[in-house]
Amino acid sequence: MQLKIWGCRGSVPTPGPTTVTYGGNTSCVEVALDDHSALILDAGTGIRALGADLVKRGTRHIDLFLTHLHFDHLEGLRFFAPLWDESVTLEIHGPRSPVLSLDDRIHRAFSPPLFPLDFRDVPAKVLFHDLPGEPWQANGLRLSSDLVLHPGPTVGLRLETEARTVAYLPDHEPALAGIEGRKADWISAGALAHNADLVLHDAQYFEDEYDTRIGWGHSSVAHAVAFSEAVGAKRLVLFHHEPNHSDKDLEQLEDRARELTRSLDRAPVLAREGMLLDLG
Amino acid sequence: MATQQKQLLLILAREFTSNLSTPSLIADAEGTLVFYNEAAEAVVGRRFSETGELPLEEWLAPFEPRTPDSMPLPPERRPTHIALVERRPAHERYLITSTDGVDREVEVTAFPLYAHTDEFVGIVAIFWRV
Repeated sequence: MQLKIWGCRGSVPTPGPTTVTYGGNTSCVEVALDDHSALILDAGTGIRALGADLVKRGTRHIDLFLTHLHFDHLEGLRFFAPLWDESVTLEIHGPRSPVLSLDDRIHRAFSPPLFPLDFRDVPAKVLFHDLPGEPWQANGLRLSSDLVLHPGPTVGLRLETEARTVAYLPDHEPALAGIEGRKADWISAGALAHNADLVLHDAQYFEDEYDTRIGWGHSSVAHAVAFSEAVGAKRLVLFHHEPNHSDKDLEQLEDRARELTRSLDRAPVLAREGMLLDLG
Repeated sequence: MATQQKQLLLILAREFTSNLSTPSLIADAEGTLVFYNEAAEAVVGRRFSETGELPLEEWLAPFEPRTPDSMPLPPERRPTHIALVERRPAHERYLITSTDGVDREVEVTAFPLYAHTDEFVGIVAIFWRV
C-alpha cells in the first residue's frame, strides 16, 4: 500500500514563505491502487492539485472518503477537475448525520451564496454513500470507519491489505474522553488504529497550546503520541498542522514527539505535502 | 478490526459520568453493564474494577430490588429494564440491599442513548439514596 499526501494543514490553507517545506494545503491523501481507479481521503485544498494529476492520468472512477464536512476537508472539492468531466464517476462516502443526508450537506457548501454554481451543474456522475457501520471490501482493501471524537459527525478510517494497516485520523481529540489508563476499546478510535502499521493522526498543538483549546476537536503532540502508543501502533505521522505554525515550529513539534515516544517502532515524522508513504 | 470498539456515545457517557458526583451506570445495547462511576461504588459497596462487565440484570439481582412496601420489584417496573427494552426514559423509587447488608431506598432514572434515530447504543441510569 502506498499513500501520497496532497495536503496536511489543519483548519485553513496557509500558503506563504513560512510553510514551504510542509505545505499549506488542507487535508487530502491519495491511496495508490493498482487498478487505475483512485481512492482519496478528504477533499481539503490539496485535492485541487491531485485532481489535475488524475485528469492527466485519465482516471475515470474515483472514491472519495470524507471524514467529516468541516470546510478544511471539503473546500477543495469545488475545484477538483474530474468533477467537470462527464466521463468521470465520483463516489463520495461520508459520515451519517442525525439531521441531513450527506448529499444535502455537500450541496449546501456547493451552491450560492457560498459558490457561484450549483452541484446539479456538475457534469461528472456523482454518487453519495453513508459510511457503513461494518467493515467492507473495496478496491482490494478492507475498510472500516467509526465515529471519533471531534465536533459534529466525524469518522476515522482504517485501511487494510493482507500485509499492512493504516489508520487515518486527521481530526481527533481522544484525550477528551481519556487515553491514559484506558483499555484500547474505551479509547476513541482505539479499534481503528489497533496495531496499525501507520497512523496519520491529528497533532495540531504543542501541549501548552492545547490547554487553551480543549474541546476544539484536535490533539496536542503529546496526545498524538500517547494515543498511538496506547493502541499499539508502530509508526506515527503527525498530521493536521496548526495554521499558525511555521516550518520551524513544526520541526520543534516533531522533536517534541520524538522526546515523548517510548514504544513506537519508528520515530514520529511530520506529514509533508508530496510525501510518499510506502508500506510495502 | 482486531479489537471490539465501544460505541463513541458510550465512551463519551463514561467520561461524563466519571466526572459526576451523582451515582451513575452505563449499559450497552445488549444490556451488559459496562461501567459505573465512583459515586455509584459508594452506594453499591463494590468497585467497578472488581465487578467488571456483566449482564445488568445479573448485577442487579443480589441487591434484591423491592417496592417501598418490600414486594419484589418486577423487571418490567425497573427503569433500567424499561430504558433497555422499551427504549424510553423511566423513573422509579425502590429499596435495595447493598453489599454491606444495609437496606437502602434509592430513586433511579434511566434513559436510552441513540446515536441516530434508528441506532440504539445503550442506556445511562442515575440513582441516589433517598
